[in-house]
This record gives sequence, structure tokens and C-alpha cells, in this order.
Amino acid sequence: MGNLHEPRPVLRLDGITKRFGALIANDAISFALYPGEVVALLGENGAGKTTLMNILFGHYTADEGQVTMAGAPLPPGQPKAALQAGLGMVHQHFTLAENLSVLENITLGTEALWRPSCAARQARSRILDLAARFGLSIDPDTRVGALSVGERQRVEILKALYRDARVLILDEPTAVLTPQEVDALFATLTRATAEGLAVIFISHKMHEVLAVSSRVLVLRHGRLAGEVATIAADAQTLAEMMVGGAVDAPIHRAGDPGEARLALDHVSTVETGHRGSLRGLSLTLFAGQITGLAGVSGNGQAALADLIGGLALPESGAICIHGEPVSDWSPRAALAAGVARIPEDRHATGAIADFTLTENAALERHAEAPLSRGGWMNWRAAQKEAEEIIDAFDIRCPGPDEPIRRLSGGNMQKLILGRALAPGPRIILANQPVRGLDVGAVAFVQARLIAERDAGAAILLISEDLDEIMEMADVIHVISEGRLSPAFARGAMDAAALGAWMAGEGFEGSNAA
Amino acid sequence: MRLEPIARPSATRIAGLPALALVGTIAIAMALAALAGADPVHVIALIVKGAVGSSFALLETLNRATPLIFTGLAVAVAFRAKLWNIGAEAQLYLGAVATVALGTGALALPAALLIPMIMLASILAGAFMLLGPAFAKTHAGVDEVVTTLLLNFVVLLLVSYLLEGPMKDPAGMGWPKSERLVAEARLPRIVDGLRLHWGFGIALISAVLVWVMQTRTTLGYQIRAVGLNPKAAAFAGIPVSVVVIKTALISGGLAGLAGFSEVAGLKGSLTLDLSPSFGYTGIIVAMLALLNPLGVVASALFVAGVFVGADSMSRAVGVPSYIADILLASGLLFMVLTLMLTRYRVRWD
Amino acid sequence: MEILEILLSATFWTAAVRIASPLIFATMGELICERAGVLNLGIEGIMVAGAFTGWMAVYGGAGLWQGVLAAMVAGMAFGLVHAILTVPFGLSQHVVGLGITLLATSATYFTYRLLLPEVTSPPRIEPFAELPIPVLAELPVLGPALFSQTPLTYAAFSTVALTAFVLYRTPLGLALRAAGENPAAVEAQGLSVTGLRLGAVMVGSGLMAVGGAFLTLSAFNSFFFEMVNGRGWICIALVVFGAWRPGKALLGALLFAAFDALQIRLQQTGLGQVVPYQAFLMLPYLLSIAALVLMSRRAEVPAALMVPYNKGER
Repeated sequence: MGNLHEPRPVLRLDGITKRFGALIANDAISFALYPGEVVALLGENGAGKTTLMNILFGHYTADEGQVTMAGAPLPPGQPKAALQAGLGMVHQHFTLAENLSVLENITLGTEALWRPSCAARQARSRILDLAARFGLSIDPDTRVGALSVGERQRVEILKALYRDARVLILDEPTAVLTPQEVDALFATLTRATAEGLAVIFISHKMHEVLAVSSRVLVLRHGRLAGEVATIAADAQTLAEMMVGGAVDAPIHRAGDPGEARLALDHVSTVETGHRGSLRGLSLTLFAGQITGLAGVSGNGQAALADLIGGLALPESGAICIHGEPVSDWSPRAALAAGVARIPEDRHATGAIADFTLTENAALERHAEAPLSRGGWMNWRAAQKEAEEIIDAFDIRCPGPDEPIRRLSGGNMQKLILGRALAPGPRIILANQPVRGLDVGAVAFVQARLIAERDAGAAILLISEDLDEIMEMADVIHVISEGRLSPAFARGAMDAAALGAWMAGEGFEGSNAA
Repeated sequence: MRLEPIARPSATRIAGLPALALVGTIAIAMALAALAGADPVHVIALIVKGAVGSSFALLETLNRATPLIFTGLAVAVAFRAKLWNIGAEAQLYLGAVATVALGTGALALPAALLIPMIMLASILAGAFMLLGPAFAKTHAGVDEVVTTLLLNFVVLLLVSYLLEGPMKDPAGMGWPKSERLVAEARLPRIVDGLRLHWGFGIALISAVLVWVMQTRTTLGYQIRAVGLNPKAAAFAGIPVSVVVIKTALISGGLAGLAGFSEVAGLKGSLTLDLSPSFGYTGIIVAMLALLNPLGVVASALFVAGVFVGADSMSRAVGVPSYIADILLASGLLFMVLTLMLTRYRVRWD
Repeated sequence: MEILEILLSATFWTAAVRIASPLIFATMGELICERAGVLNLGIEGIMVAGAFTGWMAVYGGAGLWQGVLAAMVAGMAFGLVHAILTVPFGLSQHVVGLGITLLATSATYFTYRLLLPEVTSPPRIEPFAELPIPVLAELPVLGPALFSQTPLTYAAFSTVALTAFVLYRTPLGLALRAAGENPAAVEAQGLSVTGLRLGAVMVGSGLMAVGGAFLTLSAFNSFFFEMVNGRGWICIALVVFGAWRPGKALLGALLFAAFDALQIRLQQTGLGQVVPYQAFLMLPYLLSIAALVLMSRRAEVPAALMVPYNKGER
């Protein structure tokens, strides 16, 4: 460090190219990164960001091109060398071992494996010192499993700082934070760059990119599609650079709410694993309305989704469908009651990877006519239904006999959506319906949801992305530690105000509706 | 090193790699034969001849294959649902116990009634044996591998007790052996004069029934869904625990039938050496068949042939017959490796 | 009461510790594998191979400790095969483990028949002798039980201490525990998950083989087929019972061995007259099952156990 005034790049990429079979994931990418700057890397899913980062960190070797750190070439394919050269990365999916303490996670791999002891005392004081310097307060002896998402991110940043990182790469760091936590993160980044660190900020949220970076690099189809100084950029042009054409912002029309379709009456659940729990929560979903549920992940969204989806029963309180309390509640009962469910994790719960499209399309209704009768499957009928979904939802695939694992995330999500919407649902549970999808698929899914609302469905939209909630929802609730905020009308609250609720403020004294 | 999925594996890859597994297995067998001081080619030839070289050899192989089809099906059905039933051995013995309990004179019925009743009893006995581990898995999260394995030892001790106590043959001259089944309880031969009993026929029918169950029924579809992704299956409304229990009943029942078939078709009475590891060998049979019920028939015939052939070879040239077990164990490992490599490419970066 | 009498006798506790020793080695071996994220169902066969190799080496003229070393090398060889198939190739740990058990057992029997074609009863060797530790061995009950055993038993207890020390006090142990919890965390810190797991499975398998060798070199003086007799599977249950912690697993092994020693002695008492001996012999297996059922819910399973790790796949 200390080279602040010399314009020598700390990191330099020259003509990085990586092919996977016929696909060119990275195509001759070159750029330089200077100490003390924040560069935003913007790109859609599949634009090549992840591959590029994997090459930087030696998880992949590039077919062509070279990475240089502070003037010295980085040996390809050696993660250890990348770390030692001062590259640090905070992945979107944290790489932390939950059974270990904060200190153990940070020191993991920093000492020679064959040392007969760990230098825990020195490590602790160094961590506390770094934490104070960069505004990342944390207790080094807490088990990571007990930390909140925001705290875990601090541990990830400390991991990089502890290794004297000179380049810090953050992959979608704000996706899981409250607006207040985002501000704290940006404050940390400011301190870091002031000390000479260079930061690569990977994101698809324009306003954050504009707020935090000094330069923006845009990746599209594996190529560097453009580079602009942030001062000279605006959200619309960046979006067009990213997608490679004009972007139509979805136009929201107000919904026309009807009768109450589903009501949760003071429901509480017991904590199971990391699903969070609900504490006396009441919520009503109305026909023809999208109810948005904002909140930091792990605050009970999963428990709420399980409840509405029929996977769990409340410990106390009642679920009412069309005003009638349900007694026998299961996924099948939920489906029979007209609840369509789009699960949070399409790979883990939404689909069976090795099943064909036909078999996946049949999953929720395989035990009823016409798909089966008397315990015998009617595969011809199942295939016909699958073909109808493929047509209606424009799923790109060779045919209904294709295993679903060969489909892109967007096409997989379209099948799940098609399967859920086929019976003409009256209630729709959409849990993170567009996470990880490319722009085209996002627009498609959102348009379908709005169409279902207009057709009279009651929709609960759960998302950690506050922008998505504010864009799509007619009314917004915030969930925090299993409690629900009052309903806020669309546009009644700005991001900062909702963020305060997300951080748990305002719940005391309010009569959560 | 990294594994990269292959979107569309070529035909040479799909056919060539398993062929390579076969070649590798035979190479190991030949190396072992050479190690034992015998002529490797001669040893392989003797194994083949001993398995299929004469009508006697062939019948012996078919007889040996019969219990393996049952245990192979038992394992194949269970593994499809990722229910790791390693307890076919215990289920087989309990099926045999049920056969002896009803077939040694307790019920005086004509064969047309007695045999189906005994079959049913052996199915129930085998199914009962797997019920405990299945419930422990679904309701307490207990890994069924260890429970089913340990129960094999428990059941063998139980059989030992029965054969020395309540089920002991008074005319057995002190050997731990049950009384012989009455004539009405014995399975007849398929063709008069040929030493092949109807157990083989029942095994073939069972294979077809299991295949129909897996491909045509909702239960078969549910079993596959639960095996491939229990979370997604539960989300879609498939009662995962119920499916696992049903699978356990079918699997245990099939293994129970193996015990019935061996006692009623072949041996006529129960001894402690009724099964030379038919239960464990069923795992190999099922894996080699890729858990396909019809494939189980073919792979059981192959495995039985290897055992029968190796026995005969061992008698002729003195190479220990355990060469058959090594052959099958290494064949299994080669097989799972090459199968994976038909779907994934190894990349060194 | 007879039971009380048995429980207070020094010979009972001596026997219990002796019965526990092979289990302790193999349980530590399995525990190391599982803490790194690999279920090793090869344990039963590896113990058979270890029992045979150690005994054969000593019978062939090697020293007792050389026999132990030979067993360990044999175990590590099978461990290497297991590890290559399950770690970099990510094959089903269930199938590979059972395959290794089958392979190791049949290879052992094959070699036995090859090397000793003529014998009807296996030859005997001079096993490890008891090595009383001065002063300590004089203590009542505890002395004979803990300090008047063979050197291999002392080695078993030392293995527990060493395993616990490495796992909880060294950077290597930290990396191993992380590899069994979240391999991506290990990889992100520049360590090789593949290397750690390969090493853990090999070392663990070596320990399992030493557990087997204890049977032929210390507990008995010869090799019999079926001599391992499900001990490997019991060790897997003991790992669960011990909640993947060396100290608790040791406690479990001792408790289990005490019950085993007790059932042997109860057979000779009045109870043995009325209850068939098979019921006593069933006890260890039933006990293991009971332990599994009781502990499964509470134990903290390593999160990445049985989950293969493939770099770059998330």
C-alpha cells in the first residue's frame, strides 16, 4: 500500500478468455483496477461474471489471457496464490462453516496446517483491531451459526481483511441486507478505499452501483460491453448496456382488491433449524391484490411460506381459507384449496432434476384424474399437460421427455410457474419468484403474476429484494423476527422507512394487523 | 480436478465405459489367478464352463440365481427410494422362519392353499423385519444402513436360538436344523426331472410385477420422486414417510420371499447356512442392474454364474473360490465409476 | 446380587477395557472420516483386512509393532481406494463403502486361502503381553483395568487424546472440521477439500485396520473368519452416539464394552440357565441400535457428511 498517488494498477486482466465446450463464457476481457477505487461490475445472470471471478481466484484456468497482481503475474489455477497475492472475495452465498466460531472461520487456512497449535490470542486481537478500524463490530467467539445474515457478511469481509487483501470483490453484497445495513456496508467500503484497498462491486441494482462506484464495467454475453465513469452514467443507459437494447420498465397498474381469500389469525410456529419462527402473526390476502412481504432473510419468511404452502401447521392460531378455518392442512390440502405455490429454491424444492419435464409437470397433481386413476399413471395425459404448459409458457426445450436439469433457470421456473397456475389458482404464494433469473425471464414471470392478479387471484409475494417488492406489490408488509408490520399502501413508504421496519424498529407498540 | 456434466453423452461413451469396467474386472480376476499360480486364461475358461458349460451347470446357476433375484429386487426397490436396506439377509431368514413355522405340519391344507398362505406369511415376515428401521428413519432420523446391518446379526442369533430350541428337528442328531417341510408345502419343479423349482418362476413373475409397479403406478412414480429429491416430493404433496414405509414393506417382503423360495423350493428345511450372503450379494445384483427390476434378472444370473463357475473352477485347479467375491466387488466399484464417467467429464483445472 | 458382584470385580473392568480397545481405534478412524465429511462403510472390511495383515506379518516373522504398522498400511491402501472413488469422483459413499467392505473381506479370505492352503486351524502367534505400569497398576479395580493392559490398549487411549488434540487445537483439525461442515468455506480460504478428505479417509482407515489388528495381536492370538463380526458397524453407531466428539465416543465405546463384558459374565450366572445364550449375544447389537435411536435426534451431524464436493459447482 502507500502507492495511492501512483497510477499503478493493483489488478490487471489481459485478454481473459474461457470456453466451456461451444460456449464462450469470457471473451477477451481486459481491464485494470487501481488502489482506492470502487469499480462496479454489472451484468445479467450468465453474462460471465461468475466465471471471471472463478478465474481470478484460480478455481478455473483461463484458456487465454493473464491476470497480474501489483505487477506480478498470477499463476493460473492456484486459489492459494490468488489469496496470497491479496485477492479477497465475499461470495453471494457465504462460505462459512456454521459449526465454527467467527475467529475460527477467519483464521481457517491462514496458518500452516502442520503447526501443533493455533495462535488464537494474536488472532483475536487482530480481528478486534480490524473490526474497529473498518466499522465491522463482531464478537470473535460467537458461533457463526448463531449470526444474522448481516453479521455473517461482516465476517466474510473480515476474512479478506485479515489476509491483508488489497483487492476486495463483493458479489451482490446488498441482496440480503436492509437499507440501513447497506449504508453501513458502504461506510465500511469508504474506510477501506481510504486505506488504499481496491473494490470490485458486482451487482445488478443500478441505484447502488451509481451510489458506490467510481467506474462501471458492463459485461454482456461474456464480453466487456462497455466502461463508463459513474458520474457520466444513469440507470437507463446502464440497463441498456447490460441487456443490449432498450429496456421496458414494467408499468404497474393498481389492483382491484376483492374479498379475503386467505387469512392467518395470530399464528405462531416453533423454530425449526434455520427457518425462523412466527410470533402471533396475522395476515389477510385479498383477491385481486399482490401483497408484498419485505424483510431480511431468516426472519420467518420460510416458516410463513411453509404454513401457506401446507408444509407446516401453526403451533397456535388458525389458517382460514375463504373464512373457514382449515383443520386438515397439508400440501395436498393447500393445492385442493386453490393455493398455487412457487417455492423459494426451484432446484431443491421446485423440481426434481433427473425427472423429465412431463414427470415434473405431473408432480403436484399426479394422484388425481386425469393423470392417474385407481393408482395407475396415465402417462399420455401427463405428457399432454406438459406439452400444454411448454406451449403456454414458451419453455425452450427439445421436448417433454427432456430431463429438467438440462434447462436454464428461467425455463425451469417457467415450468414450475406453469404447473402452479394450470389449475387456475385463487391464491398464489410466490416466494422469491425471480431470484437469479435473467431480465427476460424476470419480465415474463412478473407479467404472469400481474395477469393472475388481474384475473382475481390473491397473491403473496415474498422477496428479500426491496426494489422488487416496491415495484410489484399493491400493499406491503414487513416481517421481522416473526412479527408482521401493519399493511402499507403502495407508495406510502420509501425504502428508508421500510428499511427501519426491516431492522426491527416500530414493532413495539404497533398493533400488527 | 473437477467434474463437468456432459449434456449429451455420446453412444461410444455410454457403451464403451461400462465395457471397460468389464475388461478391468476380468483383468483383476486373471491377475489373481496368476497370483495363485494358475493359468489365467484357463481359470476364466473354467469359470465360464462351470457356470454355463453343461445342463447341470446351467441348472445350478439358475437355482443359485433364484434367491439373488429376490434379494436383488428387494434392494433395487429400496435403493430407488434411497432407503438403504442392507438387511435383506435378516429379512430372508425371517421369511424362512415363517415358512418353517407354517410348513412343517402346523397347517394341514392342500398344497394349492398352503403354498400361497406360506408365501404370504414369508412376505409379511420379511416386511415386518424392515418396518422397524424404516420407522426409525422416518420418525427419528436414524440412519437405516446401520440399523439394518446390525439387525442381520440379531436375526442370525434368533434363528440359531430357534434351531436349537423351539424349531429344532428332534431327528436332527444334535445339528441345529429345523424339521423338514411337509410335501404340501414344497414348491414343485417346473419341469419334471429337471432340478429347477417354481421359486425361479415366482422370481421372474416378481421381477415383472415390480417393473410394472415402478413404471406404471402412482406408487412407483412416488417412490422415484422420493428417492431423487425428497424435499421436492414433500413440497409437491407426496407423503414421503408413507412412501418410504410402503417401499420398506415391498422390499422386505421380496427378501422374505427369497427365504421362502430357498426352504420350500430347494432345501426343504432351515439351517444356519441357508444363505451364503444372498442378502448382501443382492446389493451387487441390484447395483449391476442399475436398479432396474428386469435388469435384476440378468444380473442375478450373471452373479450366480460367477459364483457357481468359481466353485467349480476352484475344485478343479485350487484357486480359492473367494476370487468370485473379489471379482464382483471390484466389478461393482468399476461399474459405479464408469457409469458416473458416462455423465461427467474429468477436467484438470 | 450377582450383577453387583460382577460390576465390582477388577477382572470385569479389565475385560471391558480390553473389549473396548479395538472399538476405540476403529471409532476414532470413522470419526475422523466423518468429521471431514466422508461416511466410511468400508470399516467392517478394513478391520478384517487389518486383523489378517497384522497377524500374517507377525506370523511371517515381523515384530508385533511391525505387524501393527503392516495392518495400518493395508487399511490405508483400502482407504485410498475408498477416498479416490468418493472424494474426487464423488461416488455414492454408501455403495463405495459397502463395495470396499466386500472387497477387503474377500481379498483377505482369498489371500488367507492362498497363503495357508493346507491348514485346518489357523496358526497361533505370540501376542502383545500385558505391560503393567508401575505404581498405577496397584490401584484397586482401576489399576488392573486401566494400567495393566497391553501396550496396544494404551495406544488406543492415546489415539483418542491425539485425535481430540488435532481436531480442536490445531489448524489442521480446524480445516478438517470445516471440510465436514462447509467445504466451500475451506476452498475459499485456499485449502484443498480433496486433499483434506483424502488424508482423513486414509488416516481413518489406517486406524480402523489397527482396530482389527488388535483382535489378532492383542485380544486373541490367531485369525478367524468372522472374527470382526459386525464390530465395524457398531463403531459407526458409536460415532453417532458420541455426537462426533472423540471424548464422548470413547465414553460410548467403554460403556458398550462394559455391557458386552457383562453379558458374557451373566451367561455364567443363574440368569444364563433360564435365558438362552443367543439373547445375551444379541445385546451388543440391540444396544447399538437403541443408542442410535436415542441419540440421532440430538446429535449435531457434520452438515456436509455424505455430500460430495465438486469445485465450481454451487
